[in-house]
Amino acid sequence: MYRYDSYDQSIVDARVEEFRDQVQRRLAGHLTEDQFKPLRLMNGLYLQLHAYMLRIAIPYGTLSARQMRKLGEVARKYDRGYGHFTTRTNIQFNWIKLADAPDILAELATVEMHAIQTSGNCIRNISSDQYAGVAADEVTDPRPWAELLRQWSTFHPEFTYLPRKFKICVIATAEDRSAMRLHDIGLKLVKRGDEIGAEVYAGGGMGRTPMVGPQIRDFVPEDEVIPYLEACLRVYNRYGRRDNKFKARIKILVHELGVEEYKRQVEEEFAQMKVLGLNPPREELDRIRPFFANPAYEQGLSDEIDRGDPAFALWVDRQVATHRQPGYAIVNISLKPVGGIPGDASADQIDLIADLAEHYSLDELRVTHAQNLVLPHVKKADLYAIWQKLDEAGLAEANLDLIGDIIACPGLDYCSLANARSIPLAQKLSERFASPDRQKDLGELKLKISGCINACGHHHAGHIGILGVDRKGVENFQLLLGGSGAEDASLGQITGPGFSEDGVVDAIEKVTDIYLAERAQGERFLDTYRRIGMKPFKEAIYG
Amino acid sequence: MVEFLSFRDGEASQEPSVTVESFTGQSNSTAVRIEAGEDARELLPYLDRLSLVEVNFPAYTDGRGYSAARILREAGYAGELRAVGDVLVDQIVPMRRCGFDSFHPDKPLDDAAVERALHRYADVYQKTVDGRRPVWAKRHPEIVNG
Ligand code: SF4
Repeated sequence: MYRYDSYDQSIVDARVEEFRDQVQRRLAGHLTEDQFKPLRLMNGLYLQLHAYMLRIAIPYGTLSARQMRKLGEVARKYDRGYGHFTTRTNIQFNWIKLADAPDILAELATVEMHAIQTSGNCIRNISSDQYAGVAADEVTDPRPWAELLRQWSTFHPEFTYLPRKFKICVIATAEDRSAMRLHDIGLKLVKRGDEIGAEVYAGGGMGRTPMVGPQIRDFVPEDEVIPYLEACLRVYNRYGRRDNKFKARIKILVHELGVEEYKRQVEEEFAQMKVLGLNPPREELDRIRPFFANPAYEQGLSDEIDRGDPAFALWVDRQVATHRQPGYAIVNISLKPVGGIPGDASADQIDLIADLAEHYSLDELRVTHAQNLVLPHVKKADLYAIWQKLDEAGLAEANLDLIGDIIACPGLDYCSLANARSIPLAQKLSERFASPDRQKDLGELKLKISGCINACGHHHAGHIGILGVDRKGVENFQLLLGGSGAEDASLGQITGPGFSEDGVVDAIEKVTDIYLAERAQGERFLDTYRRIGMKPFKEAIYG
Repeated sequence: MVEFLSFRDGEASQEPSVTVESFTGQSNSTAVRIEAGEDARELLPYLDRLSLVEVNFPAYTDGRGYSAARILREAGYAGELRAVGDVLVDQIVPMRRCGFDSFHPDKPLDDAAVERALHRYADVYQKTVDGRRPVWAKRHPEIVNG
């Protein structure tokens, strides 16, 4: 994992003091809420329905045990004993007191964490692949690039007041576990000859006008990636719409200009910028890389797993993924218990997972955009012991990528922008489909719920998506089918008129019935939908 | 409170600025004012003649002026570059980094707050146009000079 040097640390420490100063001015009444709002929003502090919410960055979703424990401590000391992992692989605390926020940030700084740029119209937390460094088919480890981009984007002076927020994702495998093309800019690292560089996608995103980002460059070499990104952002900063918040994301600019014209403008800008020496020297990436070098794996371990315990075997089949090192495995920890709140973890659970990461996963864990956690380096021989501990803590659900593995945003229970409650609906759905056999039979089925058009719950990218809307003061849920955030990215289509909370649960059951009746051998829900189209589903729901 | 802030040696330009349109027309003026939606590159043919460029910020959240400033500096403009309009203390540092060297905000700034802001961050991560050495250059002094 990356470790701060004195430069990194001093920047984060300075930010804590700056924010402390701002909060003190607010508490002393020198700043009005109106003046304070943009300042706190630069540091991830939102005023929600009931309290302040603090969003803490988890850069490219990677945490050490020490950092995870600190999050548990914050949950216990400053919140109500739990935290919420988000689809941006950050963590949010929902019950924060303003006066405590500077102390929380000071504590986080001691473990090299911060809340910088977790809100505001700036470049947000860089996201990456939760299997980075352990995926078998990876071209190179994307995390050193992500760290390079984290530093570059931190307090970037030109891009601090963009038309709207800006999300960048970097991956390095053909399989896309991070919804790369639904980011404002997606980078896919590829090899050309001996050289590593990036394929660049721009203008993806969800929200009101979802778009799958088109490719704008098939190769940007390593030592030109920063000026190229600056060119992309400069064109956006200058010409992105500022007259309408809902049309301000880069996807609208790319769409309105047309991909070719956007590309042309970027290339023109890039031609000017690439001679300015903006890219750090290769030595800088070389400095960062060893932090992410393979940990000291034990050699000659057995790949045998004792599957004697059937519940354990079920969990292994679902939650454990292939590691590139013989004898090791990747463990996915579900934060989606039946009837639970997707992405929530209690302080005790956070501590336990920190312990597991320390003892069994070479001190590392990851957060996924599907709001689950990953232990990336687990010896197969330890799987049973880990499973037992997870099971005791209510964390051994075996539902990765199944219908129970629901993504849901905080919705109207917390969020001041919400139209509808996502959490109770997620809970109802997970209860309706609680049976492990039924879930297994339904196979891969990604269900995603957003409480409003902002789409934090990625509903457009759900095989089944749900969008909460407000219909004359009543919560109403629209149903979408056929979305995907993976390498076969697509956007879901609305089935028709919306439903009540119970109505949408019933409708989804009907949808799954049609799938079971129509599916061909080996087809996932999404494949069947793509083959037979919307009509049969619609008839079943509304007929 | 300060109404005008300059980081330049010598006197600030007193010349009233004209619009980009009249400047690029036949004006003899040496001072011009760019509005948020205007293209700073239109001024590039005239940089030698200019002694003051004002960039207007209609709202501090409108970040177009940062790009305008940096474009002018990247193109070699060495005259006064002044941020005017809705400029708050929190923007002085990023604006300095993008090449602004004088400020005439709508509302006067608190001197002490400006001082604190200017000295808050000893290090920066990016190379821009202000000549500050980014952290990566400090980390690799043998490779990155200047
Ligand atoms: S999708 Fe809407 S309701 Fe849900 S968290 Fe985002 S803004 Fe809030």
